[in-house]
Amino acid sequence: MSHDPETSTQTSPYEDLYGGGDAAHWAFGTGFEDPLAGLGAGEAAAVPEGVSPRDLATYSLMLADDALVMSHRLSQWCSNAPELEDDVALANIALDLLGQARLLLTRASAADPAVVPTLPEGSPVPAEDALAYFRGDQDFLNVRLVEGEDADFAEAVVRLLVFATWRLALLSRLRDSSDPVLAAVASKGVKELTYHRDYAGRWFVTLAQGTEGSRARLLAALDRLWPMRPELTKGHAVESRLAQCGVGVDPTTVGDEVDDVLGQVFAAADVARPDAAGLAGVQGRTGRDGLHTEAFGRMLAEMQVVARAHPTGRW
Amino acid sequence: MVSTRAAGPTSGHAAYEVVRRVTDPEMPMLTLDDLGVLRGVEIGGDGRVVVRLTPTYSGCPAVATMRDDLVRSLQEAGFADVHVELVLSPAWSSDWITARGREALAEHGLSVPGPALRHDGPVPLTLAPVRRAVTCPRCGSASTEVSSEFGPTPCTALYRCQTCWEPFEHVKEI
Repeated sequence: MSHDPETSTQTSPYEDLYGGGDAAHWAFGTGFEDPLAGLGAGEAAAVPEGVSPRDLATYSLMLADDALVMSHRLSQWCSNAPELEDDVALANIALDLLGQARLLLTRASAADPAVVPTLPEGSPVPAEDALAYFRGDQDFLNVRLVEGEDADFAEAVVRLLVFATWRLALLSRLRDSSDPVLAAVASKGVKELTYHRDYAGRWFVTLAQGTEGSRARLLAALDRLWPMRPELTKGHAVESRLAQCGVGVDPTTVGDEVDDVLGQVFAAADVARPDAAGLAGVQGRTGRDGLHTEAFGRMLAEMQVVARAHPTGRW
Repeated sequence: MVSTRAAGPTSGHAAYEVVRRVTDPEMPMLTLDDLGVLRGVEIGGDGRVVVRLTPTYSGCPAVATMRDDLVRSLQEAGFADVHVELVLSPAWSSDWITARGREALAEHGLSVPGPALRHDGPVPLTLAPVRRAVTCPRCGSASTEVSSEFGPTPCTALYRCQTCWEPFEHVKEI
């Protein structure tokens, strides 16, 4: 993968592909002059009047981490989905969410650079990658719904349906944020999430009304994941503070919409709404406070291992 | 359509003449200008060229390549100081693909998007398959079916013609 002009030979088939020796396309550790960099500088980095920079960074991390972790779990379906079309669909959805995550991580680092982990001197890793790859599990602020490993395709469908329904409700309100970057990310995200929610909704109905086996798997997945639903609209003090100053959305205000949309899907699928109690936290702490499930640590280890092994690496 | 695309002066200078010829890395029959992702080209008194670019989808992996292609084309044309700025607002819409861009897509076997849905209020849930009046770009048949709302690039859906049975890509409305 190395593309050092000093050592590459004239006969390398990759030599002229991208010209100028710029291999920013490849992977972690290559995109150090990323076009996103502009979003973290100048006017775009300004924090709206009356807003705590740390709160804005924390809020951006919450929304970023939801998307990043969900994206990683979805990308694990690549080559494992029941049909090639669904491989492609889940990879596309993962890519949209990864894009949202990158923008939001960049927003967080610009709002308060103190949230970015410190890397060894000389490390070329940009802030968004430092946040994704060099934070420990307790620094991640995603809800616990996104972090579990899917037992089967039905579970992926249920998880995505609940996630996309909730995130679409949040982002459609966030379009009015007084922070121009969050508002822009939300406007774009709404269009993408509309496709994600429809995709999951259609598969939910299809599996519910397919065979006995598909319905049984779907209902089992719904029972497993439903305890994660209350956490989505529980609200955290930072979310509440940012909603009050017009920057964020208070998740407690989207519960009715989430239940209404899910109700439409349940009705079309002839599935009863589960009544399981919410998954407990520890002394009131849940995903937004950095409290996560066991599966999350393993996922993060896999996601971060290469970056952490080479904090100063150039690729 | 065109009036909503330009976020700044985009014509009448040499840098724009270079930029407007740069093509999309994944759909090279289409220029970035025709795709509607070019949001402005400005040249300062000091000769610095600033190109503003907007991604089609948040995670579009082609943005870095677009940036590189723009920088390289301008540098080859003698503009030494080039800066590509990413803009997110307003969000890209498939409505911004120009008439010339639509012709180029159709000529190359892609189905062109219809009008994008407006997302101003609450977004309605659509559980039925999406109904679009999509005709087969190869044989012209109106008898087509969607095989996946997600195609090989973030901006396309997969279709199949029920007359000639060829699969094809439809550029999605967004």
